[in-house]
Amino acid sequence: MTTRYTFGGDEHIFVECSEEMSLEAFFKGMSITTALRNAKIKGVTEICPANASFQVRFNPDIIAPDEMMRQLKALEAVAQSAPSTLNTRIIEVPVYYNDPWTHETGQRFRERHQDPTSTDIEYTARINNLDGIDGFIKAHSGAPWFVSMVGFVAGLPFLYQMVDRDRQIQSPKYLRPRTDTPRLTVGHGGCFACIYSVRGAGGYQMFGITPMPIYDPNQTTSYLRDFMCLFKPGDIVKWKPIGREEYDHTVAEVDAGRWQPRIAPVTFSLEEFAKDIDGTNARVMEALNGH
Amino acid sequence: MAINVLKPGLSTTVQDLGRPGYYHIGIPTSGGMDTLSLAAANLLVGNDAGAAVLEAVFMGPELEFTQDAMVAVTGADLPPKVDGQEQPCWTAFNVKKGQVLSFGFLKKGARGYIAVSGGIDVPVVLGSRSTYTLGALGGFEGRKLAAGDVLPVGKGALVAEGRSVVEALRRAPGAPAELRMLPGLYWHRITEQASKTFFEDTWKVAPEADRIGYRFKAGRPLDFVPRTPPFGAGSDPSNIVDACYPYGSVQVPSGTEPIVLHRDAVSGGGYMMIGTVVSADMDLIGQLQPHTPTKFVKVTMEQALTARADRRKTLEAIAKALA
Repeated sequence: MTTRYTFGGDEHIFVECSEEMSLEAFFKGMSITTALRNAKIKGVTEICPANASFQVRFNPDIIAPDEMMRQLKALEAVAQSAPSTLNTRIIEVPVYYNDPWTHETGQRFRERHQDPTSTDIEYTARINNLDGIDGFIKAHSGAPWFVSMVGFVAGLPFLYQMVDRDRQIQSPKYLRPRTDTPRLTVGHGGCFACIYSVRGAGGYQMFGITPMPIYDPNQTTSYLRDFMCLFKPGDIVKWKPIGREEYDHTVAEVDAGRWQPRIAPVTFSLEEFAKDIDGTNARVMEALNGH
Repeated sequence: MAINVLKPGLSTTVQDLGRPGYYHIGIPTSGGMDTLSLAAANLLVGNDAGAAVLEAVFMGPELEFTQDAMVAVTGADLPPKVDGQEQPCWTAFNVKKGQVLSFGFLKKGARGYIAVSGGIDVPVVLGSRSTYTLGALGGFEGRKLAAGDVLPVGKGALVAEGRSVVEALRRAPGAPAELRMLPGLYWHRITEQASKTFFEDTWKVAPEADRIGYRFKAGRPLDFVPRTPPFGAGSDPSNIVDACYPYGSVQVPSGTEPIVLHRDAVSGGGYMMIGTVVSADMDLIGQLQPHTPTKFVKVTMEQALTARADRRKTLEAIAKALA
C-alpha cells in the first residue's frame, strides 16, 4: 500500500492511500488526517477524509504548496507509528428493508436497471449468493459498518462493512442514474452503502429506507439542533431491521421531536479486528446495550 | 429596508464569498461563481468585499426598492434599468424608494452580480449567507428567489453615485475562453495520446452547466491506460474508489465529457479527475455561456501561483481605486 500525493490545483493536496478499498487504507487516511488536524498547520482550511484517500485544502498565500506537501509527508511517518485505535461512537440506524417507497421508485426506473424483472434487493441477494431477501437482510445488518466518507451532497454517509473481503456485499450502480431517489433511502454501489440525505438523483441500488433524518438544515430535529449533519467519518453504524409499524411510529416520534437515536461511545482497534473479526464486531455492537 | 422581488429572473440566488470549512461533511463552499466581480460590486456601493449580493444567471430579476439605496451590477454585461432607464454596468447608481430595478437582455457573460448598499441581510448559516440549493441551506430560505419574496437589506455606508471600475480591471473570458489547468490527481490514468488531445482540442460548454459544475463537449474522447479494476472502484476505466473532488477539479466520466466542479460541487464521487483548473480562473468559468469555445491550457504550479497573484493584484487595484 503506497501512499500517492498529488496537487489538486494551487489549493489542494489529494492523497491516495491505496487504489483499492480496504479498512487498512481507510485507517491510514484517518490516522494521517487526525495527525494533521492536531498539528494545526497555519493555512490549512479543510481536511476531508474519504474511503481510501483524503484531501487537504490550503491557502497558498499563507503556506506555499511545496511546504504544505513537505509537512503532510512528514506527518505520514508520525501517523504510521501511532496505534491503529479509534475512539469513536456506534449509532444504531433503523431500516425498513424492502419498503414500498424505494420499491415504487425502483419500478419507475426499471429500464435503467441491470435486471428489470426483479427488485434491487432480490437482484443484489442473487448476485451475492445470499438466500433471498431474508438472507440479504441478515448479511447487511449482521455486521457493523464504518462511515468511511461523508459527502457527495450534504451529510450523506458512505459506509464500508466491517467484514473480510469475501463477505463484502457488492453490486453495480444502475446502468443509467435515476433522476429521483427518496430521501433517507439506504443504497448500495460497488462495496459501499449510503444513506441519501436529501431527495435527488442517484445510481445506487435501493434496499430500504430509514425513518431517521440525518441532515436537517433548519435544525428542528431533536438530535440535529447542535449540528445539522449527523454523521462524520469514523462513525460506526449498526443497521436495525424494522417493519412498517415501527417505521411509522418512529416517523411520528421524530416529527413530535421526541425521538433520539441510540448512540454509544466505542473504541475500535484495527489489530484486534484483524485477529478476530466477529468477536470484535460483537463487542462493538454490544456497546449499544451499555456494555 | 427591504427589496420586493417582482420577478425572480431565471435562477437568482443570494451569494457571498462562500462557506469554507464543511466540505468534509459534503457541504460545498458555495458563494459567487465569479467572486472577483462579486467583490467589485460590493466595493462600488461601499460594502465590505464579502457582503451578500444577488447572483443572476442569464436573465436579471425585477426588484422594487422600499428605501433609497446605492446599487452596482458587475460581471456579465446585463444592463440594469431604473424605472426603465438604462444604467451603466460596473458603476454605482442610485435607486430611490418605490423605484423598480430591472434588466435588459444579456449581452455578454453569464452571471450578473447585483450589490445593494448594506448587503442582502439574510441570516448567516455556518458562517455565510450563500445559498446552497441542493442542501436547501443558507441564502433566502435555501433556494433561488421567487416572485413575492421580500429580501432584507442591511444598513449601508454613504458613497457617491457614478463611481466606476475602469475597463482594464474588468476581467472576462476571451474567445476562445482559456482555462489554465494543473495536471494531476489521476492524470496517469489517461494515455499519452489523450493527454495531448485534451489540450489541443477546442471544447464547447455543454447545456449542463450550473453552479455544481460545467460540462464540456466536442473534444476527442480520452483513452485510458489498461488496468485491472481495483477492489471497490467499479468496472468503468474512469472509475475510482469514491474520493473527494477538489473544487475546480476536472473529471471525465468514461473519458468523454470533462466536467469542472464549481462552487456547489458534489464533494466526492467515483470518477477519476485529470487535473484542476487554477484558482485564478474559476471566476472566468462563471461567465461562460453554453456553446462557448473553450481551451484548457496546461500550466505548472509556478504559473498557477503567478496567476493567483495577478488576480489578487487586480482586486487590490479595484479596492484602491474605490477606497
